[in-house]
Amino acid sequence: MRHRRYPFIVGFLIVPVALYAVLVIWPYIQTFGYSLTDWSGESQTMHFIGLKNYTALLSDHVFLTALEHNGLLLVFLPVITILLALFFAFMLNVGGQGRTGGVQGVAGAAFYKVVFFFPQVLSVAILAVLFEAVYRSDAGGLLNGVLVKIGLENSQNPIEWLNDPGTVLWCLLAIMVWQGVGFYLVLFSAAMQSIPKEIFEAALLDGAGRAQTFFKVTMPLLWDSVQTAWVYLAIAAMDFFALVSTLTPGTAYGGGPDYHSEVLSTYLMRNFLYFGKSGYACAMGVVILFLTLIVSVLALRATRRERIEF
Amino acid sequence: MGPTIEPGRLARRDLIKRAAAMGAVAVPAAALLSGCAAGGSGSTKKDTGTKTAANPLGVDKNAPLDVVIFDGGFGDDYARQFEKLYSKEYTGAKVSHTPTQNITGLLQPRLNAGDPPDIVDDSGNQMIKLDVLQKAGQLTDLTPLLDAPSIDDPSKKVRDILMPGTVQIGMVDNKFVTLPYVYTVSGMWYSGKLFKQHGWTAPTTWSDFMSLSAEIKKTTKIAPFAHQGKYPYYIDVAIMDLAIKNGGQDFLTRIDAMDPTIWDEDAAKNAIEAMYEIVQRNYLLPGTDGMTHIESQTAWNQYKAAFIPCGAWLENEQLKATPSDFQMTFMPMPSLPGDKLPATAIRGGANEFYIVPKQAKNAAGGMEFMRLMLSKKGATAFAQTANSLTVVKDGVDPTVKLRPGTQSTVTALKAAGANVFNPTYVNDYSAFATDMDNASAEVMANRMKPAEWLKTVKASAVKAKKGS
Repeated sequence: MRHRRYPFIVGFLIVPVALYAVLVIWPYIQTFGYSLTDWSGESQTMHFIGLKNYTALLSDHVFLTALEHNGLLLVFLPVITILLALFFAFMLNVGGQGRTGGVQGVAGAAFYKVVFFFPQVLSVAILAVLFEAVYRSDAGGLLNGVLVKIGLENSQNPIEWLNDPGTVLWCLLAIMVWQGVGFYLVLFSAAMQSIPKEIFEAALLDGAGRAQTFFKVTMPLLWDSVQTAWVYLAIAAMDFFALVSTLTPGTAYGGGPDYHSEVLSTYLMRNFLYFGKSGYACAMGVVILFLTLIVSVLALRATRRERIEF
Repeated sequence: MGPTIEPGRLARRDLIKRAAAMGAVAVPAAALLSGCAAGGSGSTKKDTGTKTAANPLGVDKNAPLDVVIFDGGFGDDYARQFEKLYSKEYTGAKVSHTPTQNITGLLQPRLNAGDPPDIVDDSGNQMIKLDVLQKAGQLTDLTPLLDAPSIDDPSKKVRDILMPGTVQIGMVDNKFVTLPYVYTVSGMWYSGKLFKQHGWTAPTTWSDFMSLSAEIKKTTKIAPFAHQGKYPYYIDVAIMDLAIKNGGQDFLTRIDAMDPTIWDEDAAKNAIEAMYEIVQRNYLLPGTDGMTHIESQTAWNQYKAAFIPCGAWLENEQLKATPSDFQMTFMPMPSLPGDKLPATAIRGGANEFYIVPKQAKNAAGGMEFMRLMLSKKGATAFAQTANSLTVVKDGVDPTVKLRPGTQSTVTALKAAGANVFNPTYVNDYSAFATDMDNASAEVMANRMKPAEWLKTVKASAVKAKKGS
């Protein structure tokens, strides 16, 4: 029977693979082609300039700054989001003080789950409007308003959250964490619920506390989900376009103040559409593609562990 | 949004189809150029009348006129006023009015079908780029309009009643193919009511401006100065206005030519140091460096700040946020010591582009519509309904009541006379302009000193010059 399996599979795959090739692979190849030219994006005339765009990237300090910011986000976004989500998921599913014994979440867990998940249903556009009000640069902003009210800040000298080189990137990171935690909380909750209760009960009988249960039982059994979350979050950290372009100061797609929140995607767009340096932008696109691929592979590799069957 | 299908147009399209069947029209081959297609051979029959002194463009009095208007910041009501003027002149013509925010979506298929409207306001995010249209041969040469007698004074040609620089801005590939109709001035704004209440007078020199700011700071809770910090473009306009007025025509010519040596000279230094004085003396509205244009302008409307720099669109933009007795007033950027241009000099330039497509059936009517727009009646109607000025010199009827902000720009423009300037480097050197934006924002936030600003901007100018 084996020899008839492949034509059968190919028969099913040919249409999606063809679509994938035309709509995904081909544009990537085209982008690579354009990245070797001085295309302006406004007309069809362009000249082949070899790898000049790529060598220019290496000495472009804005590009390198953007790369550094994406690197920072790449480290902090997954770590903070996953840790918070794991903690909350643990509390909601296992962390309750059982009155009659057994394993359960804290009181009102179902309600908390909805509350935590809520930010996930908001679109990025709404997030931008919402956090524009939160981070507003005078005492009219939510954050500054509270700080002024409790006397930690003078209303004549408010913190300009998104216009301060020291805070802007962390403010954006906080938004992504706030939005992401709920989703990964639900993901981890589902995974936790599939862990047999007996395992927890056994740990409980052996006298394991909350912390021990979490690190010795829950974490190892959730590793597959954590791995998935890591890859997703790493890809999200490579993007950040929407938040930076809408919330941060600066001409054409934000990135300010003075490039302190610049990320690869916003710098790419500014070059592509605003500066008329589309060939250069395509070179950036190719670099981002490879970086994202490398990051995904590394994330999967680094988190690979022995699977525990249950 | 207006009707997308309207009987007159359908009938005309039918006609063309029939003509095509008879071979009278070369059917446009599927010659799809980038963005917009080069249309047919242009052999469609045009509606024309006989040229007379009263009808210099030869308009067919009964030909329908198809008007497409960008429904953006100015709305589309003003166009109805123009249409009324046209209908009054040509009672037999049926005028159709189509407002849209998506010019490309509406115009592109009609250009491809060889059945475009007769006049289009090609503006907004979805506008079709004018150089693209011109390259595709889709634009009527509007030189006959320039040479036609003007409505109000037939002894003057249309070109002689326009604000200086208008014809230049309307040129694409050395042909006058688009009419930039709106005239925008930039400078500083204050509340007439607030100033009257405190007995302040609008300063004309920078030192007056600084001493008034000191008084405001000392005697009230109002901040002297606000700006649209999230978009540093606004503060750049103010800084460069100071510099251009200080350095005069020579400075203007050289910055547009991207001459990097101007950043070593006094004009630029005086301008940025003057602006930095505001920062140093703490005259800024708290938080203004991080505010959007709407946030800062609204704070200004709430009397939290005395001055704000902006273009003349401010009044229309803030229509809802402005208290009815606010008395919005425009003033030129104050003059620095040793200015080469007078204190009344202001930045002003034409924009909002109107075109007559090449294949328009009633192209003569489209041009006549423009001639009516350029009458005093047209310009006044625009100032009243869209709260903005037009390229018609002294176009607004002085007996008509305008909104206070718009009225004050009329006064300022009159006082400026020939001393209006309009730098073009922003469009020609966008990377340079962005670098300057960033540096200026840093100065306003007191993270950069004027000397460093000059160095940064100069370095960027050297780079821009090399790149071009």
